[in-house]
Amino acid sequence: MTASTPSVSAARPQTSPLRLLLRRLFRRRLVLVSAVVLTLIVLAVLAADWLAPFAPNKMSLANRLKGPNGTYWFGTNEYGQDLLSRVLYGGQVSLLVGGLVAAFACVAGAIGGLLAGYIRPLDGPIMRLTDAMMAFPDILLAIALMAGLGPSLMNVVLALGIVYTPRVLRVARAATLVIREMQYVEAARALGIAPWRVMLSEILPNLSSPIIVQGTFVFAYAILTEAALSFLGVGTPPTTPTWGNMIASSQQYIGQADWLMAFPGLAIVLTVLSLQIVGDGLRDSLDPRLQKSS
Amino acid sequence: MAAYVVRRLLSMLVVMCLVAVVVFIVARVVPGDPAAVMLGTSATPEDVAALRARLGLDQPLLTQFGLFALQIVTGDLGESIFLNKPVLAAIAERSELTLLLATMAVMVSVAVGVPVGVISAVRRGTAVDQAVIAGAMLAASLPSFWIGLTLIRWFAVNLGWFPVSGYGEPGAGLLERMHHLVLPALALGIPNSAIITRFTRSSMLDVLTEDYVRTARAKGLPAHKVILKHGLRNAMIPILTVVGLTLAVLIGGAIVTETVFGLPGAGNLIVSAVLRRDYPVIQGALLIISGLYVLINLVIDLLYAVVDPRIRY
Repeated sequence: MTASTPSVSAARPQTSPLRLLLRRLFRRRLVLVSAVVLTLIVLAVLAADWLAPFAPNKMSLANRLKGPNGTYWFGTNEYGQDLLSRVLYGGQVSLLVGGLVAAFACVAGAIGGLLAGYIRPLDGPIMRLTDAMMAFPDILLAIALMAGLGPSLMNVVLALGIVYTPRVLRVARAATLVIREMQYVEAARALGIAPWRVMLSEILPNLSSPIIVQGTFVFAYAILTEAALSFLGVGTPPTTPTWGNMIASSQQYIGQADWLMAFPGLAIVLTVLSLQIVGDGLRDSLDPRLQKSS
Repeated sequence: MAAYVVRRLLSMLVVMCLVAVVVFIVARVVPGDPAAVMLGTSATPEDVAALRARLGLDQPLLTQFGLFALQIVTGDLGESIFLNKPVLAAIAERSELTLLLATMAVMVSVAVGVPVGVISAVRRGTAVDQAVIAGAMLAASLPSFWIGLTLIRWFAVNLGWFPVSGYGEPGAGLLERMHHLVLPALALGIPNSAIITRFTRSSMLDVLTEDYVRTARAKGLPAHKVILKHGLRNAMIPILTVVGLTLAVLIGGAIVTETVFGLPGAGNLIVSAVLRRDYPVIQGALLIISGLYVLINLVIDLLYAVVDPRIRY
C-alpha cells in the first residue's frame, strides 16, 4: 500500500504524509491560530516552574485580593496568592488529566471497537454495554465513580477514561465495520493470517484517523468535566490548584474580585476552544471524502 | 407499529438490565469497605458491621445483585443513610425543580439553536455563517458553571434583575419559581444551544439541496415558506433526536448548575450524596436518570412517525 511509483518520486521532492497533513490542516487560518494558541498554552503550563513569578501556594496576607497590576499580572486571591502562578500550575492538572483521559479512551476504545467490529459474536455484548454506559450523562457517571474511588488525580483520570471510552469505541467500531470489508483485509484473511494479526496490522493503522480526531474532542471534554468535578469538590483534592477549584473558590468574592473568576475561566475556554477547532480541522483534513472539495 | 413498539421495549429492557449491572458495579468499585468509608474514621467496628448488614454488604456478591434486582423490580430503591427516608421519596421530592430547570434549559437551547442554525444554513458560506460556526464553537467551550457565575455577577449582583440563588420561599407560585430559574436555565442552555445550532445547520444544509426544495422554489413559493415548510419540517427529525437526547444530558448538567445557584433540586441531592458517600442515593439517582434517558430515546423514536409520515413501522 505504501509503495510509491519511482517515476513520481523522481519527478518531485518526496512529501512526507505528516507534512501533507500539516499543510492541509493549516490551510485554514483559524486552525493554524488555534494550534499556535494551544502550543503556547501547553508550553507555558509545562514551563510553569520557570515562568511562574511566585510559588503557587505562597501566601502574602498584605497583598490579599489585589487586582491585576505590574507585580501580580493576574491579581491575587483571598490569601494573597499570585493568580498567574496558580493558573499556570492549575493548567498542569487540566492538561495532564485531559491528555491521560484521551489516551485511556483511545486505547480502550480502539481495542473495544476492533473487537466489536471484527469479531461478530462480541459485537452484541460490547455494543449493548456501550449503550448502557452512554445512558448516563458524563458528569453523573463521573461523580458516581469518583464517589466510589475517592478524590485523587489518578482516580479522576480513571473515572473520566471510563466515561469517555464509549465515544471512541463507537467510532472505532463503525470504522472497523467499513474496513473489514475492504479487499486487502479479505486478502489477508485469505492468506490465512490470524484474526488478531489482521486486526492489528491491517485494520488498526487505518483506524488511527478517526480515533485521533475523537481523541482530540475527548481531550477537550475531559478538561471541561475535570473542571466541573473540581468545582463540585469531588475531583482533584482542593490542596492542588486546578482551574475548576480556583473558579469554585472565587464564588465568595463574586462582584468584588472579578479577576479570580475571569482568568481561570479564560484559560479553560481558550484551551477547550483551540482543541475543538484543531479537532475539527483534523477531521476535515484526515477525511479523504472531503479532500476533493477542499 | 405495535410489533415495532414491542421490539423497542424489549431492547430497552436489555439496555436497562445492563444499566442496572453498570450501576451495581459503579456502586461497588469502592476500594475497601463502603460501610467503613461511609461512617468515617471514628466509627467502631460494631457500627461498621451493623451498617454492612443493613446494606446487605455482608452477603455474597451474587446475592447482593439479586437483592438489588429485586429492589428495582419492586420499585423500592432502598433507604438513604443520611436522610433517613426512602431513596425514591428523596429523589421525587427534589425532581420537580430539576425537571422544570431542564425543560427551561431545553427551551433556551431550542429557541437559540434552531433559528440560528436555520439562518446559518440559509446564508451558507457568508460572514453570518462563519460567525455562527465560531459562536457555536465558543459556546460549546464554556464551562456551564462559569457561565452561571458570570450571569450571577452581571444580572443578579450588578443589575439585580434576578435572584442570586435559591428557589424562592416555600409555597411560592410557578412564576416566582421560574423567575429563580431564568439564570440557571441560561447557564445550562447556552452550551447546549451550540449543539442544537450545529445539528440544525447541517440538517438544513442536507435538506435544502433536495429536489423538492428546488421544486418549491421553482413554483415561486416565498422564501420563508420554502425554508420553514419544506426545509425545516424535514430537517426536524435529526434535530428532534438531539433535542431529546440533550434533555437527558441537561438533567445531568443540572448537577453542576444547581450547585452554582444553590438550588435544592435532585442534582444538589446527588452532589451531597457523593460528598457524604450516601451510596443508596447515588445508586438510585443513576438508575432513575439513565432510565429516563433510555425512555426519552424510545419516545423520540416513536415520535418520528408523527413528525415524518413517511416513516412506517
